Amino acid sequence: MPSIAENFFAGIGRRVIPLKRNVHDAAKVINDTFYWAFISPFKGKSIRVKAGIFEMVKAGYNSVPIVSVISFFVGIILALQAAYQLKKVGALIYVANLVGVSITRELGPILTAIIVSGRSGSAFAAEIGSMKAAEEVDALVTMGINPVRFLVVPKLIALMIMLPALTVIADFVGIAGGFVLSTTALEIHPYNYFQQTVNALLVKDIFTGLMKAWVFGIVITIVGAYQGFKVEGGAEEVGRRTTASVVASIFLVIIFDLFFTMLFYYFT
Amino acid sequence: MSDNAIDVIGLQTHYGAREILKKIDVGIPRGKTTVVLGGSGCGKSTFLKHLIGLLKPTRGEILFDGKNIAGLNENELNEVRKRMGVLFQGAALLNSMTIADNVALPLREHTKLNDSTIGIMVRMKLDLVGLSGFDNFYPSQLSGGMKKRAGLARAIALDPELLFFDEPSAGLDPLTAAGLDELILKLNKVFRMTIVVVTHELPSVFMIADYVIMLDLGNVIFAGPLEDLKKSENPKIRSFLERKPEQDTYSPDDYFRVIAGD
Repeated sequence: MPSIAENFFAGIGRRVIPLKRNVHDAAKVINDTFYWAFISPFKGKSIRVKAGIFEMVKAGYNSVPIVSVISFFVGIILALQAAYQLKKVGALIYVANLVGVSITRELGPILTAIIVSGRSGSAFAAEIGSMKAAEEVDALVTMGINPVRFLVVPKLIALMIMLPALTVIADFVGIAGGFVLSTTALEIHPYNYFQQTVNALLVKDIFTGLMKAWVFGIVITIVGAYQGFKVEGGAEEVGRRTTASVVASIFLVIIFDLFFTMLFYYFT
Repeated sequence: MSDNAIDVIGLQTHYGAREILKKIDVGIPRGKTTVVLGGSGCGKSTFLKHLIGLLKPTRGEILFDGKNIAGLNENELNEVRKRMGVLFQGAALLNSMTIADNVALPLREHTKLNDSTIGIMVRMKLDLVGLSGFDNFYPSQLSGGMKKRAGLARAIALDPELLFFDEPSAGLDPLTAAGLDELILKLNKVFRMTIVVVTHELPSVFMIADYVIMLDLGNVIFAGPLEDLKKSENPKIRSFLERKPEQDTYSPDDYFRVIAGD
């Protein structure tokens, strides 16, 4: 019988040793992705531009309706919640500031990232995972084609461009939502609301939001790719990894959001 | 230049702590069709994955043209891979692309040919495997046998010296499987390709094999020409060829130990 101490250390080992492998695999995906996206194009191995555009349409263009609808509603909700407090002090006009700043700095990027990780991050994991299960990834390797360059880099380029683009749309539509509610239900004059928003917003508010969106795009792609490449078995594992990729990418998006928000708060 | 296309020296490999291949020493003769034979779980697919550089062995060398595949870096390995073609068990066509694009993929990635030349080469390869006119079909629109033929067209797109097949007749009816075997024979006789086929289908073995390597529990139990295999007296080979199930190897004491769980 092993002693209690032996069991204790064996328990730690059982948890930590697989973790080491996961860290190694994640580091490999990150390293390969950045190498094939940013370094190899300068060594004559071009990026698959056509596939990138195709991914942009799938992940970006097709997300425009859902991103617009959600950010419009969030704009309305935000205006209502702000009015609930601000009307007590007779400062209803500050609804415009609150909606404008919180949408551009925070809600625009994060809502877009959550929608895209649900739509595209999961799709990336499912696509790569089912290709792994069907030996298609092995086939690429035996053809001398690096699977990360072939599959992940177009997706990375697509999200690095489309996530900020979608965020711009979310910003506009979200502010429009607040505008519609304020000018109708709250009876603020449209011109006053517009002026108030323009005065409240700084270029850095929008810029920091877009910067976050760009990082979220990278996070979502890498999490999706990592989970996809981890598939070893069949269809069941593809499903499990897809779910895991959504949970992990939303979690990481929030972590990175926290980090960047703190960074921008203290250093801009 | 030796007579062997590939020399395997002391190949040993593990999945985790489990030993899969135990010190394998064989050669794959050049210009011939070699069949790697063995029951399920004997390590023949693992062996194949080592030959094509998908897995790295724990120990041992795999010499292709005097270079050890197991010791090459990614770029060097890719150069070697351009001279090899592989047909996977499920054909492994990319489902998001048409058949023509699948076959064109290695050409687009590794050559600087223009699109019209690639188009001609793709149609030549598809014609060779009997799939003319299916250029714009997607893999999901093809039957199992046709997918394998399309996968084969892709495997031979770069005119490889070496061609590997992983269970080519798995999941196919006898007629389609025989058609695929004919194709393998043709590629070997007409194009002088060195072919390695991993299978456990006896009819295929007798039809296509020049040379046979038989694995059992990670060991090579036979390596030689097909005629010698037929004459072999080794009981394991005999029972495999005569399709007799393996004898119960448990003694009553062993069995008791197994069910008692220690």
